Amino acid sequence: MPKLTIDGIPVEAPEGATVLQAAELAGIEIPRFCYHERLSIAGNCRMCLVEVKPGPPKPAASCALPVCEGMEVFTNSEMARAARKGTIEFMLVNHPLDCPICDQGGECDLQDETVLYGEAASRFREDKHAFADKDLGPLINTRFTRCIHCTRCVRFCDEIAGVPALGMIGRGSSCEIMPWEEGVLQTELAGNLVDVCPVGSLTNRPFAFRARSWELTKTDSIDIMDAMGSSVRIDSRSNEVLRILPRLNDAVNEEWIGDRSRHFIDGLLERRLDTPWARVTRGAALRSVSWEKALEILRERVEALGDAPKVGVIAGDQTDLETLTAAKDLCAALGSPNMDCRQDGARLDASVRAGYLFNATIEGLDQADAILLIGSDPRKEAPVLNARIFRRVRNGQAAVARIGVPTDLTYPVTELGNTPGEALAALRAGTHPFAEVLRSAKHPVIIVGQGALRREDGAAVLNAARDLADALGVVREGWNGFSVLHTAAGRVGGLDLGFVPGKDGLDAGAMVQALGSGSLDVLILLGADEFDTSALANRSTRDALVVYIGSHGDAGAAVADIVLPGSAWTEKTATWVSMEGRVQRTLRAVSAPGAAVEDWVAVARVARALGHALPFSSVEDVRARMAAINPLLGTLWTLTPAPWGAPFGTEGAVSAEPFTPAVPNYYMTCPISRASRTMAACVEALSGTEDERTGTDG
Amino acid sequence: MLQDKDRVFTNLYGFEDWHLAGARARGDWDNTKALLDKGREWIIEEMKASGLRGRGGAGFSAGLKWSFMPKTVGERPHYLLINADEGEPGTCKDRDIMRFDPHKLIEGCLVAGYAINAHVAYIYIRGEFVQEAIHLQTAIDEAYEAGLLGDNACGTGWKMDVYVHRGAGAYVCGEETALIQSLEGKKGQPRLKPPFPAGAGLYGCPSTVNNVETIANAPTILRRGASWYTSLGRENNHGTKIFCISGHVNQPCNVEEEMGIPLRELIEKHAGGVRGGWDNLLAVIPGGASVPLLPAALCADARMDYDGLRELRSGLGSGAVIVMDRSTDLVAAIARLSRFFAHESCGQCTPCREGTPWISKMMARMVTGDAEPGEIDVLEDVTRRMEGRTICALADAAAWPVQGLIRHFRPELERRIAARKDAPSSSAAAQ
Amino acid sequence: MIETNTAAAGTAPFAFTPENQAEARSILARYPKGREHSAALPLLDLAQRQQGYVDRSAMEAVAGLTGLAPIRILEVATFYTMFRHAPVGEHHFEVCTNISCWLRGSDEVLRALRDELGLDPGGKSDDGKFSVQECECLGACVNAPAVRVGDHYFEDLTYDNTVALIRKLRAGEKVVLGSQTGRVGSANAAGATALAGRAS
Ligand SMILES: Cc1cc2nc3c(=O)[nH]c(=O)nc-3n(C[C@H](O)[C@H](O)[C@H](O)COP(=O)(O)O)c2cc1C
Ligand code: SF4
Ligand code: SF4
Ligand code: FES
Ligand code: FES
Repeated sequence: MPKLTIDGIPVEAPEGATVLQAAELAGIEIPRFCYHERLSIAGNCRMCLVEVKPGPPKPAASCALPVCEGMEVFTNSEMARAARKGTIEFMLVNHPLDCPICDQGGECDLQDETVLYGEAASRFREDKHAFADKDLGPLINTRFTRCIHCTRCVRFCDEIAGVPALGMIGRGSSCEIMPWEEGVLQTELAGNLVDVCPVGSLTNRPFAFRARSWELTKTDSIDIMDAMGSSVRIDSRSNEVLRILPRLNDAVNEEWIGDRSRHFIDGLLERRLDTPWARVTRGAALRSVSWEKALEILRERVEALGDAPKVGVIAGDQTDLETLTAAKDLCAALGSPNMDCRQDGARLDASVRAGYLFNATIEGLDQADAILLIGSDPRKEAPVLNARIFRRVRNGQAAVARIGVPTDLTYPVTELGNTPGEALAALRAGTHPFAEVLRSAKHPVIIVGQGALRREDGAAVLNAARDLADALGVVREGWNGFSVLHTAAGRVGGLDLGFVPGKDGLDAGAMVQALGSGSLDVLILLGADEFDTSALANRSTRDALVVYIGSHGDAGAAVADIVLPGSAWTEKTATWVSMEGRVQRTLRAVSAPGAAVEDWVAVARVARALGHALPFSSVEDVRARMAAINPLLGTLWTLTPAPWGAPFGTEGAVSAEPFTPAVPNYYMTCPISRASRTMAACVEALSGTEDERTGTDG
Repeated sequence: MLQDKDRVFTNLYGFEDWHLAGARARGDWDNTKALLDKGREWIIEEMKASGLRGRGGAGFSAGLKWSFMPKTVGERPHYLLINADEGEPGTCKDRDIMRFDPHKLIEGCLVAGYAINAHVAYIYIRGEFVQEAIHLQTAIDEAYEAGLLGDNACGTGWKMDVYVHRGAGAYVCGEETALIQSLEGKKGQPRLKPPFPAGAGLYGCPSTVNNVETIANAPTILRRGASWYTSLGRENNHGTKIFCISGHVNQPCNVEEEMGIPLRELIEKHAGGVRGGWDNLLAVIPGGASVPLLPAALCADARMDYDGLRELRSGLGSGAVIVMDRSTDLVAAIARLSRFFAHESCGQCTPCREGTPWISKMMARMVTGDAEPGEIDVLEDVTRRMEGRTICALADAAAWPVQGLIRHFRPELERRIAARKDAPSSSAAAQ
Repeated sequence: MIETNTAAAGTAPFAFTPENQAEARSILARYPKGREHSAALPLLDLAQRQQGYVDRSAMEAVAGLTGLAPIRILEVATFYTMFRHAPVGEHHFEVCTNISCWLRGSDEVLRALRDELGLDPGGKSDDGKFSVQECECLGACVNAPAVRVGDHYFEDLTYDNTVALIRKLRAGEKVVLGSQTGRVGSANAAGATALAGRAS
C-alpha cells in the first residue's frame, strides 16, 4: 500500500488506486466530469487536474494517475486551481447559458463547478457551436448543445448495458454523440443514461419540465417492479410520483435500475381503482359503490352460498407480506387450505428455502466464473442483474451457457438447446463440455428461471437442477451457486410465509378450475392478474364469487364480482423479500387515491364481512404476526443464507417441451406497467426493430 | 557541409534504383546477419552510444527507448511500430525514405525488431501516401523473396514479419498512442499515459514506436559504428538529419545534413537562399508547424539541433524549415496553422477540443485586426490554458506557434487592430 | 455530414465484390487472430474504392467482417478525413492550403481550378468529372504547392501548369504524375546540392 500525501494529509491507498480515489479516502473530493466509478477511465474532461510532486511542471489528471509511494499531491494549489478554472472556461465556451430552463438545473455538475471555478464574464466572443438533437427513444431527451463530450454515455452503453448503441462521431469541435439507430435504444437500462450524464444533455424525457429538483419530496424506498429489491428514491410532489431514481446499493443494484422500474410511474395514475365496485347479483354490471355497500353485497352473496362456503386466495406478483399475513390468517379462520402465491403455476417448493432463493446472491455474481441458465432470460427478468453477468463475461471472467430460448443477452452464450430433458441429462452425464466448465469453476452458478418452473414438470426440472448442482459441485463449502431467479417481487415473501396450499389445499391453477367447475365458492384475488382469467369469466352457473383486491382495473378486476381498491406499492409502507431473501420495506411516498386502502386493511374488512374479524388493530400487529409465522421476516435488511441439504422438487422425467420466456414483454409485466403510456411507447419504439422482426428478442 | 560519404540516405532523391538490387548496391542488407549475431545487448548499447535521438519530433534517445522493452517475451508478443504518418506541416522526409530508400527502413525493422524481441513490425503510413505504400510493399515483397524477412530472416533464425498499414487521414495518428489506437481499428484518439507503449501498446502488448527516419538510420549506424555517428554533430545532438526546406527559398528541397548546421548555411547552401536575399527574411519556423517561429534576427546564428533551437525557445521538431520572407502575412500564416490544429484535434480533451477552434477564430480576427487590443492577452492566456493540460501534445503544438507570434510580433498584431479602428470606412463597409 | 439512418431508400445494400472479398481476406490476414478489429480502416478503404464512398450499408459490411459494432465503424468513418460519405468527382482535387503550399501559391492553384472549372472548394462539376476540396498538409511541402487527385500527387504547381493539368485530365490525355516542373524527387531543382554524383 503506497503512502502519499494529499494536501498535506497522509494517505495510504491500495496498489493501483488512482490519485482521485486516494483523495476520496482522505475525504477530499476532486472535481470531475468524465470519471465515473463504474466506468472505464477516459481522462478526457481535464477537470480533475492536480499538482503532483515529483513530476513534470504541469498538472496531472488525478482520475488516471496511479498512486506512488512518496507522492505529494496538491488538489488546491495555484496550479491546480488555475487548471480547473481553465477547464471550466473551455467547457462553457460552447455551452448554452440556459440553466434556468434546463431540467438538470439544481442537479448539474457543471453548474456546481461553475459556481466554484467559473469566471464572472465570458471572454468568448465567437459564435457558439450548436448541435442537433437526436431521437434516443421514449425515455431520453437530448440537448446535445449542452454536451461536454465526457463520453460517459458511450461507456455506459458499452460497459454496463452491453449494447454499443452510442458513439462519439466526428472529431475535434465537431465531435457529437450519435446513436447508430435513431428512435430507440435497445437496452432495458436506457434510463440510467440520464443519471450518468453529468450535465443536462441527456434528460429524463417523461419527466421533462414537470418539476425542479428542489420542489420534490424524496422518499427512500425499494423497487418492486421486479424481484431484485433494488434501492430507489421516489420523488413526488402534491401526491403525485414524478420520478424514480436508483439509490446506491452495492449489494443489489449498484446505482442502476431497469427502465420499467423507473418509468412505469404514469401507470400509477391510469386505470386506478379508487372506489369499491360490485355486482349486486351474478351477471349484473359492476357498479361503483361505497365500502359499506360493497362489503354488504359480499356478505349477502356469500351467505347465499350456504353455511360453509369454500374459499381460496391467489396472491399476485406484487403482494406485500402484510397483506399475505392477513390473507393467510383469513384462510386459517375459514379453515381453508386453499392459498397460493404462485399465480403463474411455478412449481416452487416452499418447504426448503434454499430451493427458491437466489442463493449465490446478486453481489456473489461478481465472483461467478461459470453460469448455467435454465429457462431464464436475465436480461428481461432482471436487467440490472444481467448487467453484472455481462460485466463478468466482458472481462473474460465468466462463461455462460443456457438451456432455453436463445435470446440476445448482450454477451456470448453457449447454447445447450431448448430441449430441457435432453440438455439437463447431457450435463448430468457430463457428455456436454459445459458440465466440466461448471465442475472446474471456482464459483459456479446455476440460475433457474420461472420459465423452467411454471410448467407441468416444473417440480421435476427443479429437482433435476438441484441434482445437477450437487453433482457438479455448484454448492460447496462457503459457496451456494444454486439460484432461482424470480420475476415477482412478492413471491419469495409469499413462500417464506408459507402462502401455498395447505394439506389437501388447491393451488392457483386448481382454484381457478374449481371455481369454474363449481367446487370452490369464493376466490379472492390479491392483485392477481397474470394468469388466464377466461376460466373465471366463463364460470359455471353456480353463484361462485370472485373478489378482487388491488390497485388497478386490469384482468382480475374485470372478472370479479366485488372489487376492493387497494394501494400501489408507492402508496404503502410494506414488507417484501427480494429474490436473494433480503427482507426489505418500502416507504409510502404518496397516498392512495380516493377510497383505496392498504391491501391488508381490505383483507381485514373482507374477513370481518365474512364473520371472522382478524385480531389486528394496526399494521404493527400484522407485522408481529408475520414474524411469529416466520421469524426471518422480522429481520429487516439482512440476508440470512439458507441451509442446503433438504431435498426439494420432485423426482421425475423432464419433458422435451421447450421452455417458454417468463417475461415475453419487458415493459409490461403487471397492472401498473400495462397502464403506463411510457411503457407502451417503449414497446412501440421497439416494434419493427431488427430484434423484434427476427423474433430473437423474446 | 556533410560529405556524401557520411550520408545515410544515399538515395534520398531517387536518383537511383529503389528496388532491392539498387539498395544492395548502396550497401543495404549487407550481411545483416552479422549485426544480429552481435546480439540484442550490443545493438541496444551501440544505439545508445550513437546518441541517435528520435527523428519524429520528440527527440527521445532511440537506444534508450528500445531498452525499456521487457528483456524477455512473456505471454504477450512484442511489436515494433513504425511511425510513417508524417503529417506535420512542412515535413516530407519520411516520404522520400519510403519511396526511394524503402529497404533502409525495412532492414531497420529487422534490426530493431530483433533488438526489442518483436517478430512483427507494422509500418503505419499516412493514407494519402498511396504510392509510397506501394513502394514499401514492393520492397517488403522483395525482401521476403530474398529471404531477408520471413521465418528465417537473413539466415539468422529470427522470424520477422513486416506489414504496411495505411491510415486514413488524421494528423493526430502520428502521436504514438493514437497510432496504436488507429492500428487497432479505432478512432485515433491518444491514450492516457501511463501505461506507456513499452508496457502496454498495440493489443495491450509491449510495443516500441519509432519514426521512419529513426529506424532507417539504425542499420547504417550499427554498420559504421556509434563512434562514426557521434563524430557528427555535437554532444547530445549527434548525427545527421534530413531537413525539409520549404516556403520562400529559391530552391525548396530536402537534404540530409549534419546536426547543428547553422540555419543560414542550411538555407543558403542547399535551398538557394531566401527569396530576395537573406535580408528579405521575415521569420523561419525551424521544426515543423508545432514549434514557435524565429524572427529573422534570431535566424542568422541559429544552430539546427535540439539544444540549439531550444535555447531560442523553439525546437528542432521534425526538421521542417519553413521560410517566410518579408512579403508574408505572418499573422495569416500562423492563423492557417491554428486552423490546421483545430481541424486535427481528436476532440477528447476539453481544452483542446474547445481551445483549438477558439484560438483559430481569434487568430482569424487578428489577421484583419478585428479585435480589441486586450484580446491579444486573452489569446495568449487561452493558449496557456491549453498548454500542458491535455492527453497529448497536440494542444501544446497548437498553442506554441501562437505564443511565438505574440512573443516576437506583438506590435504587428497591435498595429492591425489599431489600423482597423482608425479606418472609419471598415465598419461602414461591413454594414 | 453523414445521414443518421441507413443508405437512402432504394439503394441496394453494399456487398463486397468477389475480388474484394478475397482482398478483404488477405487484409484480415495481416493481423493476429482475434485482432480483426485492426482491419477496420483498410476495409473501409476497400469499400470506398469499390463504391466511391462509404455509407451505412458499407459500414455494416465492414462491421460484419471485423466483428466491431456498427457504431464503432461509424465513429471511425467520421473521424478520418479520407472516408467520404457521398460520391465525389472522377478527378477529385484535394488542394493543400497548409503553410508551405500557401507560401508558394496554393491560392494560385485554387484560382486555376475556379477559372478552369468554375469550382470553389466543396464544389463538384455538373458532369461529375471534377470536384475540389481544400486539404491539410500532404507531406510534399518542398514540392509545394501540391494537390492530391485520387491516389496520385501533383506537385510544384503554378497557375499555368494547373490549368494544363486540368485540360489534359478533361481530355482524357495522359498526365505526368508528381512534379509538374520535371523535378526529380525533392532535390534542389537548380542542381542537387547533395548526392550530385548519383544523379543520372
Ligand atoms: C500531434 C502529434 C503528431 C505527431 N506526429 C508524428 C508523425 O507524424 N511522425 C512521427 O514520427 N512522430 C510524430 N509524433 C511524435 C510521436 O508521438 C512519437 O514521439 C514518435 O513517433 C516517436 O518516434 P521517434 O522516437 O523515433 O521520434 C507526433 C506527436 C504528436 C503529439
Ligand atoms: S451526452 Fe452527457 S454523458 Fe454523453 S458525452 Fe455528452 S455530457 Fe457526457
Ligand atoms: S490534446 Fe487534443 S488531440 Fe491530443 S488527445 Fe487531447 S483532444 Fe486529442
Ligand atoms: S475526471 Fe479526470 S479527466 Fe475527467
Ligand atoms: S504544406 Fe502542403 S504539402 Fe505540406
